Amino acid sequence: MLLFLLRRLGLLVPTFLGVTAIAFALIHLIPGDPLELLAGERGIDPERHARMLHELGFDQPLWRQYLDYIGAVVQGNLGTSLITRQPVLDEFMTLFPATLELSLAAMLFAVLLGLPAGILAAVKRGTVLDHTVIGISLTGYSMPIFWWALLLILLFSVQLGWTPVSGRIAVEFYIEPVTGLLLIDTLLAGDYEAFRSAVRHLILPAIVLGTIPLAVIARMTRSALLEVIREDYIRVARAKGLSPLRVIGVHALRNALIPVVTVIGLQVGTLLAGAILTETLFAWPGIGKWLIDSINRRDYPAVQGGILLVASVVMLVNLLVDLLYGLINPRIRHAH
Amino acid sequence: MTEHALTLTPPGPLREFWSHFRQNAGAVAGLLVITVLLVVALGAPWLAPHPPAEQYRDALLLPPAWLDGGNWRFPLGTDDIGRDLLSRLLFGARVSLLIGCIVVTLSLAAGILLGLLAGFFRGLIDTLIMRLMDILLALPSLLLAIAIVAVLGPSLNNAMIAIAVVVLPHYVRLTRAAVLSEIAKDYVMASQVAGAGLLRQMFVNVLPNCLAPLIVQATLGFSAAILDAAALGFLGLGAQPPTPEWGTMLADARQFIQRAWWVVTFPGLAILITVLAFNLMGDGLRDALDPKLKR
Repeated sequence: MLLFLLRRLGLLVPTFLGVTAIAFALIHLIPGDPLELLAGERGIDPERHARMLHELGFDQPLWRQYLDYIGAVVQGNLGTSLITRQPVLDEFMTLFPATLELSLAAMLFAVLLGLPAGILAAVKRGTVLDHTVIGISLTGYSMPIFWWALLLILLFSVQLGWTPVSGRIAVEFYIEPVTGLLLIDTLLAGDYEAFRSAVRHLILPAIVLGTIPLAVIARMTRSALLEVIREDYIRVARAKGLSPLRVIGVHALRNALIPVVTVIGLQVGTLLAGAILTETLFAWPGIGKWLIDSINRRDYPAVQGGILLVASVVMLVNLLVDLLYGLINPRIRHAH
Repeated sequence: MTEHALTLTPPGPLREFWSHFRQNAGAVAGLLVITVLLVVALGAPWLAPHPPAEQYRDALLLPPAWLDGGNWRFPLGTDDIGRDLLSRLLFGARVSLLIGCIVVTLSLAAGILLGLLAGFFRGLIDTLIMRLMDILLALPSLLLAIAIVAVLGPSLNNAMIAIAVVVLPHYVRLTRAAVLSEIAKDYVMASQVAGAGLLRQMFVNVLPNCLAPLIVQATLGFSAAILDAAALGFLGLGAQPPTPEWGTMLADARQFIQRAWWVVTFPGLAILITVLAFNLMGDGLRDALDPKLKR
C-alpha cells in the first residue's frame, strides 16, 4: 500500500508542475505590456516603467521567471489581487468554504437520489420504471445547467416564491464563521432562523449543480449492478435461498459500488466546473463566481492563482479517490 | 449444369451496422433529430420568417403567437429589442452545428496525430505527449476553456479553439490505446515484413482499425462542444451578441426572466434537444460499432 501511495504521489509531481506552467503561461501569453494592467488609465513614465519591470522581475529571462514563480508557489505566495490588493491565497481560502458547502450539498443530493434510482432501474430491468430512470438520467446528462437553473428560478423563486434568488443567507443574519460552512456554523451558533435561511438559499443551487452527477451516478449504478447480477456468485447466493434484498443489497451492491465510487470521485472536476456556472447564476459567493469576476475585471494574478488552486484541489481529490479505490479493491493495489 | 448453390453472402459492413443501430430506438430518434437540425441549419435563410438580426421596434418582448397579445408574425415571440425568436433559433442551429463540426474536426485531427505518434514511437515522445494530456485532464474542462479564452480574448473562434484543446486528451488516449492493441497483431507485423513504410503502417494499415471508438467519441464530442460553447457564450466568453448563438441568447435573456419566460425557455430547450440527440446517437453508435459491448 505504501508503494502504491508513493507511486501515485510521484505521478502527481510532473502534473502539478505542468499546471503551474499553464498558470504561468497564462500571464505571459496575454498580449501587451504586463504593467499596463497595473498602471491603470494614468499610465507610467518610462523611468518608473523600467524600475517596475525590474522590481517585478519581468526583465528576467522567462525560465528564470518561471523558476521564481515555482519558488513563490511552493512557499504559498500566489501573488496579489490587482483589485483588492489581498493575497490571492487568502481570497481563495475565504471563499472556498462556500464552494465546498455547495459542492457537498450537490453531491449529497446526487448520491441520495442517484444510487437508489440506479439500483431500482437495474432490479426492475426493462420495466417502465427502468426506462423512466434511463430517460431522466440521459436528459440530466445532456442538460445545459445554466438553463436548468433559470427554469428552476422561474418556477420556485419567481412563480412560487419558495426560495430566494441569490446569495447564501438572508442579509439580516450575521454568523461568525467557524467552519465556513454556513449550515454548520448557524447550528453551532444555535440560530435556527439563520439555519433555515441558509438551507433555503442552498437548495436550488445544490439541485442545479447536482443534476449532472445525479444522472451519471444513476446510469453507472444501473450498469454496474446489471453487470454484477450476471455473475455466478450471485446465482449461488440466490440458490442458497437468500432473500432478494440481501442478494442485491449485500452481495451484488458491494462489488457494483467500485466503479460507482470512481465515478463519484471523477465528478469532483465536473462539480468545480459546474460551480463556475451555478455560482454566477445564483450570486453564490464562492470561488467559481470569484474566478469569473476576476476574468471580467482582468485581475490576472487572481485568475492565475485561482486556476492553480482549483486544479490542485481536483488533483488531490483524484488522489484520494485512487487511494480509496485501492482500499476497496485489492486487485488494483497489487496490479503493478 | 444447374448450380443452385445457396449463395449466403454475408451482409456488408454498412448493412450489419445499420441492423444493429436500428434496434436502438433512442439512437434512431437521435439520428432523426440531427437530420432535422441539419436541414434547419442549411435551410435557415429560407425557413426563417425574418432575418435573425432584424429589430421590429413595434414588437418588443411579444409573447408566443398562441398566447394573449401574441402575433403569428412572430410564432415564438420576440426578444427585448424586437427580434423574432424563431428566426434566431433557426439560425442558432447553424451556429451550434458549425461549432460542433469545427471543434470535433480540430480535436479529432490533432488527437489522432498525437495518438498515432505516441502509440508508434513510444519512449520519450509517448511519455511527453501523455504527460501533457494528463495535465490537461487535471483541470476541469470548463475552467481550462475559460483560462484559454481569458488569454485569447472572448470570441466564438477562440471559444472553439479552447474547447478543442480541452477535449483533445480523450481522442489522444483513445487513439493511442487502439494503436497499442492493433500494433501487436500479426497483420501489422506481416505488412512490416512486406516492406510497408511507417506512414503506410500508421495511416493505411492501423488507423482504419482504430476508428470505431473514435467515431463514437466524436459523436459524443459534438454534444460536449455544443454544450461547452453555449456555457462560454452564456458567461460572455463565447459568441458575442448579436450572433444568434443559443447560449449567448440565454445570457441576454436572463434579465427578462420575470417578464418574458419565452426568451429564456426556448433557447435552452434548443440546446437540450440538440445535445440529447447527439448523446442518444453516440450511445447507439457505441452499441452498434463496439462488438465488446454488444448485448
